[in-house]
Amino acid sequence: MYKEICNKYAPTKDNLIYILHDIQDTHPQHYISEEAVEVVSEYLKVPANHIFGVLTFYSMYSTKPRGTNIIRLCESPPCYIKGSDNILRKLKTMLSVNVGETTKDGAFTLELAACLGVCGNAPVMMVNDDVYGDLTEEKIEEIIGKIRGGN
Amino acid sequence: MAKTVNVWLDGHHVEVPDTMTIIEAADKYGVHIPRLCYHPDLPPTANCGVCVVEVSGNPTPKRACCTPVAEGMKITTNSNKLRSYRKTLTEMILSHHDVKCPTCSANNKCELQSLANNLGVNPDALPNIMPNTPIDDSSLSIVRDVTKCIACGRCVTVCNEVQTVYALTFSDRGIHAHIDTAFSNGIANSPCVNCGQCTVYCPTGALRERNDLDGVWEAILDPTKHVVVQEAPAIRVSLAEEFGMELGTVTAKKMYAALRKIGFDAIMDTNFTADLTILEEGTECVTKLKSGSKRPLITSCSPGWIKFMETYYPDLADCVSTAKSPMSMFGVLAKTYYTQEHGLDPANIVSVAIMPCTAKKFEAARPELRDSGYQDTDFVLTTREFIRMIKEAGIDFKEIKEEDADEGMSFYTGAGTIFGATGGVMEAAIRSAYTLVTGEELEAIDIMAVRGLKGVKEATIPVPGFGDLRVVVAHGLSNARIVMDKIREGLATTGESPWHFVEIMACPGGCVGGGGQPYGNNMAMRARRGEGLYKEDRNLPIRKSHHNPEVTRIYERFLGSPNSPLAVKLLHTHYFERSVNTGQIIKEATHKHH
Repeated sequence: MYKEICNKYAPTKDNLIYILHDIQDTHPQHYISEEAVEVVSEYLKVPANHIFGVLTFYSMYSTKPRGTNIIRLCESPPCYIKGSDNILRKLKTMLSVNVGETTKDGAFTLELAACLGVCGNAPVMMVNDDVYGDLTEEKIEEIIGKIRGGN
Repeated sequence: MAKTVNVWLDGHHVEVPDTMTIIEAADKYGVHIPRLCYHPDLPPTANCGVCVVEVSGNPTPKRACCTPVAEGMKITTNSNKLRSYRKTLTEMILSHHDVKCPTCSANNKCELQSLANNLGVNPDALPNIMPNTPIDDSSLSIVRDVTKCIACGRCVTVCNEVQTVYALTFSDRGIHAHIDTAFSNGIANSPCVNCGQCTVYCPTGALRERNDLDGVWEAILDPTKHVVVQEAPAIRVSLAEEFGMELGTVTAKKMYAALRKIGFDAIMDTNFTADLTILEEGTECVTKLKSGSKRPLITSCSPGWIKFMETYYPDLADCVSTAKSPMSMFGVLAKTYYTQEHGLDPANIVSVAIMPCTAKKFEAARPELRDSGYQDTDFVLTTREFIRMIKEAGIDFKEIKEEDADEGMSFYTGAGTIFGATGGVMEAAIRSAYTLVTGEELEAIDIMAVRGLKGVKEATIPVPGFGDLRVVVAHGLSNARIVMDKIREGLATTGESPWHFVEIMACPGGCVGGGGQPYGNNMAMRARRGEGLYKEDRNLPIRKSHHNPEVTRIYERFLGSPNSPLAVKLLHTHYFERSVNTGQIIKEATHKHH
């Protein structure tokens, strides 16, 4: 299946990050495995160590399996001043995970992100592609509950 | 065409080509700019920032390693502001560094240690926030200690650009940026070919060889063991520089004396099996030439090159000489011929090889190299380990009285000794192959076209009765790629290789530039060591391998003739295809026929 994704793009180096995004987005666990890298490496003739360098350089890529929903809480100063540390504590206790970990049921992965560009609504987080602003501990319970219920 | 520009270095007017960077111009005129990640052999990466200078018209300092000179540039290399920057940068680097200098393998050679000392930095200026990352000791050859790494990136440049091996990479970013193998799988599970160039270019002790000294000392101090030692050609020109003698001095006889004082039971020499290699490989080459084969014969002495070939060119494995390396030929003979001649039990032999090479540690452990019935070579020590051994034994190397090696597998010719420099194996092979083909002696035996540090060297040798022998020599694996790609292309298009005979050495400069050689060397120093070998060659009474009386003797008494069934059984090997991702064996690429 990785080969099929590769085949959608011309085998030129400038397509590397597009192929990696495609692989990650279509994987149920939202990550790029070693096996996938080997396929991409052969397809683009780019050594695996270079691809690993790219994967670890950009924080949007993951080399470890992740949950169905990915929470990215902003850790930049404006959000911090507005209490993102309390939000983080709330998320950690509610989900029983540390940063970078996935809940036992595989529903959520908790990550930190640099500025999400919505400082006016600090503290801010994203769940998948949705942005949630003006966060409070109560709002967190509501958002997580809604997503859990929706599942 | 480079233009000459006028530049003022600390007020002194100099004229330099506009292709130079500030640090190159400063080095040329003897103005020292402190530096850490910059190395004259490598393209600058501008990672550390220590080489900052002030340049007229610029509000902020510039990194001298990557700023080109320009007309009218006024450069200040020393000011209070610059001193303060450099100190702070060095203090920040030290805060990430496991400062255990006395026990570090790079002690007294470490570029961070001397920089910190020269700049007078305050070691307690910043708290130590060293990450607690485990040491990667997965490899048989190379140990990587992240706690000593300063992320200068030299190893990444060497691994990817000079050697094109693609084992090491930068990982993560910002303060978390570090050097790693793909998926943190460790060096042993990467395409690393063990060449060890990363250890030579590492400014600190973060990359070093696997230490095998304890095992060797144990064997020496065990009275039931008979410890036989061999030393590669390059060793004899790489010790002087470490003991206060002129770089490149030939110290073979001091080396033998030191080995005897350390307690080795039999002092032999790899140069002897280098001569033997010429007979085995030369005969193989001549057989191939006479058969009219369109495929080339490629040398097999360099274990970094062999693993590289198995990883990236397994389709051409049949073109590589089946001859084992001189080290492995010696190893198998030490436990067969040598024991037979001296009435010894091979089970009690411990065979030690002193090599300029980290990849030889991997080669020695190859399971296929056990044709004596035992592991042919028990221990490999690098030049650096041998130097530590000499120092541990308290030997005054500079003053030690010269001694000869023990008789037998130690006699060598000039052809054997030049194996240590790029082009040397080719030159030695031509000196003998000519005779093997024509039955006559080659008179002009100094083959200058294959000497020197040019990356790819071609030559054509007229051989009566055969025609023009086309040869090529490459050193450094990016150069090996150029040659191998042309061979692959030639075979695919015209069905013919552009060359008959090919020499490839993994390390730039050949073995004198090996990954196990003393720290802190550069291409210019490698050249001086190579000159030492050519000087020894000129001064030796016999300069052709087929005139080595001990080689004649071993064929008469033991092996029969070159490429005889016994010679093939003991002195030849076969190769594998390896994964480009993990370096692990996929399948046999060639087979050994008995």
